[in-house]
Amino acid sequence: MNPVNYLYLAALLFTIGATGVLIRRNAIVVFMCIELMLNACNLAFVAFSRMHGNLDGQIIAFFTMVVAAAEVVVGLAIIVSLFRSRHSASVDDASLMKL
Amino acid sequence: MSAQLAAHSTSLAAYSTSTGEAFQFWILGTVAVIGALCTVFMKKAVHSALCLAGTMIILAVFYLANGAYFLGIVQVVVYTGAIMMLFLFVVMLVGVTAADSLKETIKGQRWLALLCGLGFGILLCAGIGNASLSEFNGLAQANSGGNVEGLAALIFTKYVFAFEITGALLITAAVGAMVLTHRERTERAKTQRELAEERVRANKQLPPLPAPGVYARHNAVDIAGLLPDGTPSELTVIKTLRDRGQIRDVSNEAIKDLKALEQRSEERLGREEREEEAAK
Repeated sequence: MNPVNYLYLAALLFTIGATGVLIRRNAIVVFMCIELMLNACNLAFVAFSRMHGNLDGQIIAFFTMVVAAAEVVVGLAIIVSLFRSRHSASVDDASLMKL
Repeated sequence: MSAQLAAHSTSLAAYSTSTGEAFQFWILGTVAVIGALCTVFMKKAVHSALCLAGTMIILAVFYLANGAYFLGIVQVVVYTGAIMMLFLFVVMLVGVTAADSLKETIKGQRWLALLCGLGFGILLCAGIGNASLSEFNGLAQANSGGNVEGLAALIFTKYVFAFEITGALLITAAVGAMVLTHRERTERAKTQRELAEERVRANKQLPPLPAPGVYARHNAVDIAGLLPDGTPSELTVIKTLRDRGQIRDVSNEAIKDLKALEQRSEERLGREEREEEAAK
């Protein structure tokens, strides 16, 4: 098997995640799709790291994971406070910036 | 001889991976794509979260297969262990029953989004196909001193500045989450006496609220009690159930039961009459 197949898988997962962000309107599911896209990028980084024979790609994937963890904490806090003020997690309801 | 063998194996590895890895890739890759599709198309957020957790575990296996041993373990511990559980907590908090509304607010938006996704995927795959990715070194040399040691050596030398900024980012995120979800209590809680006085002043429902179902034939908490004229009284159901719209209305059930009984008795009587006629 050609290791480029990992890149094709990463592209496929990224596309599915991007489509999910466009289609779904539940804020939590949209957020999960963003996580899926981040994971697909990580897979591509790891595959590239193996192709080039150095560990820099893995370092970048590691930093992506840290940033994703921080992003999830803040994003979920925003979703929770949004749900508290509007009693709905739909992104359609949050059409105004003010609460 | 052994050096020759090693050289031979590296030259083989320059073009492809082992058969076992190919087998693993095709089986687990299929499952990962199915999991990703389920994440997008499952109606309930809990199912989406579980499918995504499965996809992430498979990605962890792929990291291990690609020689990223540290990242594979971190993926399991951080992503499926911490992040997905955080997602599940929020799903529970926001309400498991809150399914997505399926009404389209913008006409044709769903099909356009699917079309965009398809085009984007084709574009990405075409880009990868056209790129000259003939190089394939493998991580044997980079991982020779241990994967974790190699990563540590890079993080604490070449990427040390980025690593320190990451620490600042994590602290900011923790403080931000606390600020966003914290709610200050601006006034003190009312005492029982103040609440009673307020109720008298408002002159609305002075005695305690009636219990659920006391006037009806059922006494479950979600069944509204019936008023003398047979209409259900919303006051008898607690506010939480009222807000969720989980009230069962039994005001018509007694009448339906009576109708069914009458019909059954009529059928039986009719049959008996016919039998009598037949006997004559």
